[in-house]
Amino acid sequence: MQEEQNYNFAYLDEQTKRMIRRALLKALAVPGYQVPFAGREMPMPYGWGTGGIQVTAAILEPEDTLKVIDQGADDTTNAVSIRKFFQKVAGVETTEKTEEASIIQTRHRIPERDLEEGQIMVYQVPIPEPLRFLEPRETETRKMHALEEYGLMHVKLYEDIARHGHIATTYAYPVKVADRYIMDPSPIPKFDNPKLDNSPALQLFGAGREKRIYALPPYTPVKSLDFEDHPFETQTWDEPCALCGATDSYLDEVIMDDKGTRMFVCSDTDYCTTRREAGHVGPDAQAVGEAAE
Amino acid sequence: MSAQTMQQPARNDVSTDTPLLTVDRLTKLYGNQLGCADVSFDLYPGEVMGIVGESGSGKTTLLNCLAGRLSPEEGSVVYTDRTGEEVDVHAVSEPRRRMLMRTDWAFVHQNPRDGLRMGVSAGGNVGERLMAAGARHYGKIRSAALDWMEKTEIDLTRIDDRPSTFSGGMQQRLQIARNLVTGPRLVFMDEPTGGLDVSVQARLLDLLRGLVAEMGLSAIIVTHDLAVARLLSHRLMVMRRGKVVERGLTDQVLDDPQHDYTQLLVSSVLQP
Repeated sequence: MQEEQNYNFAYLDEQTKRMIRRALLKALAVPGYQVPFAGREMPMPYGWGTGGIQVTAAILEPEDTLKVIDQGADDTTNAVSIRKFFQKVAGVETTEKTEEASIIQTRHRIPERDLEEGQIMVYQVPIPEPLRFLEPRETETRKMHALEEYGLMHVKLYEDIARHGHIATTYAYPVKVADRYIMDPSPIPKFDNPKLDNSPALQLFGAGREKRIYALPPYTPVKSLDFEDHPFETQTWDEPCALCGATDSYLDEVIMDDKGTRMFVCSDTDYCTTRREAGHVGPDAQAVGEAAE
Repeated sequence: MSAQTMQQPARNDVSTDTPLLTVDRLTKLYGNQLGCADVSFDLYPGEVMGIVGESGSGKTTLLNCLAGRLSPEEGSVVYTDRTGEEVDVHAVSEPRRRMLMRTDWAFVHQNPRDGLRMGVSAGGNVGERLMAAGARHYGKIRSAALDWMEKTEIDLTRIDDRPSTFSGGMQQRLQIARNLVTGPRLVFMDEPTGGLDVSVQARLLDLLRGLVAEMGLSAIIVTHDLAVARLLSHRLMVMRRGKVVERGLTDQVLDDPQHDYTQLLVSSVLQP
């Protein structure tokens, strides 16, 4: 009786997990290629990370330690609800520390701390097809991938430069994987694109609504597209993180009042906390402490 | 394949004695309906062939079969590429055919909206074929686009505007610029002046005639307008109900029509 009342480990039934694992294996065999899979309905709406959750559920083992982040933060709605979901249906240990996690499910960021061999990144992907907004026909985009006809992707970058004077795409910046497939790295900021390249971690991408899975095996070369006279560049900030003083991390802008006061803080909360615990102090750390009181 | 660089080999590196396109007994059926039947001809380098006929006579079907956009039931189309190699357009692998379509060939649609990306700026439209052929230098792509906009008499300040803000004549000229930028050898045109008013037609024809002569292009032009055929084409085929009823030099066909239908066609043109 007790058995029947419980969820199967990690919510999905074993046959479904098996199907997803097969898709994952194929995706790993052809890095950057979008493998269709029979995506299931999950107990949350599309757009909340149903693709990532199915991938995580398929690879999760009882001894895994899970970290879930949303825009770099461990304590935002999406991260909290997905972490709770897996605590409930899989009973696995969860953590906020990047170095302790064996699986990190993420929306929109890659942790600042260098990933290690053995770690698995799971990305939530809204639209897996990088060519979608240029070519609406799925039959045509598949053919373009198959025949490596990628001129169109550069038309998008061309349009950026023509309109803004520089490549204005700041997130979901298209990359070429292992010199073959063009891939949408999910809506991570282009600041994180260099972290995709040659990463020691295994990186899996799940798109729930579009029912596609793709993957980057460890140490896969990933190149961000650009023009010879407009090379790829990441975002930079004029000031360090207000809390921990980091100058090497991706900063979020926080509006402080209605008089235009703003501060910049690390989007990766674990990175920021770890640095502050180690004694690093940013220029505004005091002010924030007072505001919170 | 993605990184082939567009080199412009000397034109006419293949002898002009070898046909560029050899069409042999081409037949296309739509179920029981006849599209076009038993069409054969040779097209030589530098030659412009006109196909005229009434609506529904199979002109556009024939053009689409020639350009590899439709597959015929019978017959073959053989293209001789820059290296002199013969390519059977319908038997060759799809990657090769698509490669031909974006390098050696060009297709000008009747409605420019079919041939342009309406959501992309004029410069991006012209540059797309260059980028597809491997160009990765923004400055060079842009100057090529400007160069071609100048050749097709489009105001250079409009380079960053979308074609949806262009007039019909400008859209058609932009489509031509986009097609010719990679220096194709063979251009297929489906009613290139259809839907334009008469004065714009005249300018477009003038432009086309200049470009064809200057670049030494071969072209196949489908039209129902005999004046267009007279101005642009060297040779003419007259089609009716899917069959070629008369063919010959343009002036010969138009000045001394032999077939009943051609006589009707020629005499039905209003003389102002």
